[in-house]
Amino acid sequence: MTTLQSIPIQYYLVFCSLLFSIGVVGVLIKRNALVILMSIELMINSINLLLAAFSAYTNDPAGQIFVFFIMVVAAAEVAIGLAIVVLIYRTTHTIDINVLNKLRW
Amino acid sequence: MFTEYIFHFLSILSLFSAVMVLASKKPIHSVLFLTLAFFAIAGHYVLLNAQFLAVVHVIVYAGAIMVLFLFTVMLLNLNKDEQSQKPMWVKIMAVIAGGMLMLTLIGILRKYDIQSVQDPMTTQIGLVKNLGKILYNDYFVPFELSSVLFLTAMVGAVLLGKKEQI
Repeated sequence: MTTLQSIPIQYYLVFCSLLFSIGVVGVLIKRNALVILMSIELMINSINLLLAAFSAYTNDPAGQIFVFFIMVVAAAEVAIGLAIVVLIYRTTHTIDINVLNKLRW
Repeated sequence: MFTEYIFHFLSILSLFSAVMVLASKKPIHSVLFLTLAFFAIAGHYVLLNAQFLAVVHVIVYAGAIMVLFLFTVMLLNLNKDEQSQKPMWVKIMAVIAGGMLMLTLIGILRKYDIQSVQDPMTTQIGLVKNLGKILYNDYFVPFELSSVLFLTAMVGAVLLGKKEQI
């Protein structure tokens, strides 16, 4: 390892914490359902990257298999979520989540 | 040193585009910045020598999910500024809460250290050959179950998207 210096695992931890927090803030501050779905994607991505980083650092391939399955589930989730968003838009002509408070009380 | 520079560049790029996803007013700008963030994260996978994951990430996220988002934005004709925003105090409180979460996570994880078994730049586990062997030997049943999940998701999306009689 003369030229390739490895990056400390803390860098990945801090970076993924930042990315996850940005996703959380996005879910909290946005009213557009599409942007909320995008923020959820950001959170899933930060977790995926952290799993892959730990898998690479501990030389255990199970983490990368898990990342693969998380990607599968995320793709299915986005397909269903966007179908629901289209359906909501058809019935209410908006995707503002504050309009969708029929089930609140 | 060189990989560290690449790491910092990719981190700053992905964090910047993640912030811009939230900061941009038009949904289509959010989608495009999200694509940029996904490509930066794919670069991170390459940096970890997880080549299979990098390729799958680009195909699934930048290929499939982004097309879905773009189609939805364009089908619903949402490419105008958001009419209604949350009030300012809600935003400030949300940013404070997110910052607290970030501080807590970093504070917990800061001291964590792991003895690297092998240098992640030279490890071979992320290559397609090794991951394929493990996926088809040890994780065969979950792999097949994920295909059932995809079939269910496809049927559900078609059913939800149908125009008649819901």
